[in-house]
Amino acid sequence: MENNPLFKSGHTACAGCGQAIAARLVIEAAGANTIIANNTGCLEVFTTKYPETAWGVPWIHSLFENSAAVASGIEAALVYLGKKDSINVIAQGGDGSTGDIGLQALSGMLERGHDILYVCYDNEAYMNTGVQRSGLTPFDTNTTTSPAAAHSSGNIRPKKPVPEICLAHGIPYVATASAGFPQDLTRKVKKAISIKGPKYIQVHVPCPLGWRHEPNQMLPVAKAAVETGLYPLFEYENGLLAGRKQIVPKPVEEYLKIQGRFKHLLNNPEEIKKIQAIADNNIKKYNLKLEA
Amino acid sequence: MKEFVEGSHAIAEIIKAASPGVISAYPITPQTHIVEGLAQMVASGELKSQFVNVESEHSAASVVLGGSATGVRVYTATSSQGLFYMQEVVFNIAGMRLPVVMTCANRAISAPINIWNDQQDSISLRDSGWFQIYAEDNQEAVDFHLIAYRLAEDKRVMLPVMVCMDGFILTHGMETVDIPEQDKVNEFLPNYKPLYKLDPAHPISMGLLADPDYYMEARFAIQETMNESIGYLSEISREFNGVFGRDYKDLLVEEYHTKDAEKVIVAMGSVCGTIKEVVDEQRAKGKKAGCLRIISYRPFPYARVYEALKDVPRVAVLDKAVSLGAYAPVAVEIKAAFYGKKKGPKVISSFVAGLGGRDITLESIDEVFRRLTAKEVNSDFIDLKPELLKEEYGE
Repeated sequence: MENNPLFKSGHTACAGCGQAIAARLVIEAAGANTIIANNTGCLEVFTTKYPETAWGVPWIHSLFENSAAVASGIEAALVYLGKKDSINVIAQGGDGSTGDIGLQALSGMLERGHDILYVCYDNEAYMNTGVQRSGLTPFDTNTTTSPAAAHSSGNIRPKKPVPEICLAHGIPYVATASAGFPQDLTRKVKKAISIKGPKYIQVHVPCPLGWRHEPNQMLPVAKAAVETGLYPLFEYENGLLAGRKQIVPKPVEEYLKIQGRFKHLLNNPEEIKKIQAIADNNIKKYNLKLEA
Repeated sequence: MKEFVEGSHAIAEIIKAASPGVISAYPITPQTHIVEGLAQMVASGELKSQFVNVESEHSAASVVLGGSATGVRVYTATSSQGLFYMQEVVFNIAGMRLPVVMTCANRAISAPINIWNDQQDSISLRDSGWFQIYAEDNQEAVDFHLIAYRLAEDKRVMLPVMVCMDGFILTHGMETVDIPEQDKVNEFLPNYKPLYKLDPAHPISMGLLADPDYYMEARFAIQETMNESIGYLSEISREFNGVFGRDYKDLLVEEYHTKDAEKVIVAMGSVCGTIKEVVDEQRAKGKKAGCLRIISYRPFPYARVYEALKDVPRVAVLDKAVSLGAYAPVAVEIKAAFYGKKKGPKVISSFVAGLGGRDITLESIDEVFRRLTAKEVNSDFIDLKPELLKEEYGE
């Protein structure tokens, strides 16, 4: 791996990009016998600007929203060639290309039962085009299309529950992960590819530019999302909750105050109360609280 | 083997003979019978393809894109709105130089919604980098699919091919068709050997971002290939004739009594059968009528059109599509073929007929010949119902 990395350095991601770290962990966990179909987005742009590529595995980008369908075609071809058992197929994209414009293709891939791992790198907005809100942007986030101003406290809706939408398809494995917990992510990818059928992993990946935090704060920010209960880490096997990362919950301000995208909320206790309620609900729903 | 069959069934038979590894489609009238036939063949074990039932045409095109990139022969079919929903992927497939073959069962475009035949769907995707070849009858539709795979997978080409056949008229029409036998198909169409593919043993990246330093050359290369392919179409059709005993001069145009003609109608697809019948009637009366059928719309055979029509005084171009607010799509090409040339028709008039499945009858063609006078007309609609245009709206 050291001599022939599957995700090479020299790409053009921003300093402190959570997605670059997560993508490297994913492919290193999946191994060399993997084919990747990638949606349009930051990851595609910063890894494959012609004539260079960061990928040491076969990799294809077609369009913004169709990696799940392209991967379905790759998988079908491998089945036809009798090679599917020896090759993993991964489809991947950002939160917008997965949960908004690509949701239909993703649903089709899950419903058809292809043996594919779908990885969504969730940085909670359209970062590649300049931080516009997506369906996975959290409540009250300040983005360029959900700006916080006199008559708005940011994004008006909570995150679209894409892991639960995937779960509703009855697929064998659904998990959330975080760039802040690399070993957990690696373990989940390895587990996912050991299971036959459609799998979905959604990885929370901080974006220093879009979230407006210092590049060297990527890990603390990612960890704080999990530790406040705002980004619960869980895994479902065959529809049943098989694991979750338990926490000693921190107040949500610990997470909000370290990012520019929530700065407008800090003197607004009413709004913070609403965000705390989202975290409390997650903590209750997934039984996240570690008993002392 | 000669069989009296529905056009869609014949297409399913020839696709089976081409044995693609991955087939993907989403149902849309009038394409459905083709893919139903293929699904049946896969279910019965006659055909060893992976048949991927998708949730949309966008995904059907994306699935065959992925399959083709993995190095297997692929097939899809669609119509009308389905083709439009695929459009983004259609352009992408050509840009990625993947030899996908698709049947377009030609159908009108909404609104108003209409499931019947015209050619607005495929014609609207003329700039996509796909070959577009239009069949007149079901024998051609069958043969063109084999030629399509040979052409698409030719190492000099590596571009997708769309075989266009008029919806219902051909797809649902019963005709006697000689369906090529498997051993001859194997002789003409060897197994697909990709130039490049997604393979962990030799990892490559496909579909990279090309900035202004690189983008234009990728597009130029497709344009060059398209232009060169005019010659390959002739070459491959001659080879096809050799194996199957057919008589295609080339796959560019068909000339029907054009040599000494005074009036020629230019058209594409099944309507040319009707035009030829009227030409025969006119000839029987001593009138010098002819028909020039465009087979390859992309690449467009300008030189062949020029040679065929340069001495014809009056030419009518019959379009089964419109470019709203401009000259009709085939008419534009015919006029362009003569711009700045020494010889050429004195009159190139343009007519629009058969939109949304309105019958183009022998009388409709007679009417085109009648309206082809010394006075040039543009986008003159044939068989309009004046009573429907008179409706008045409230003050």
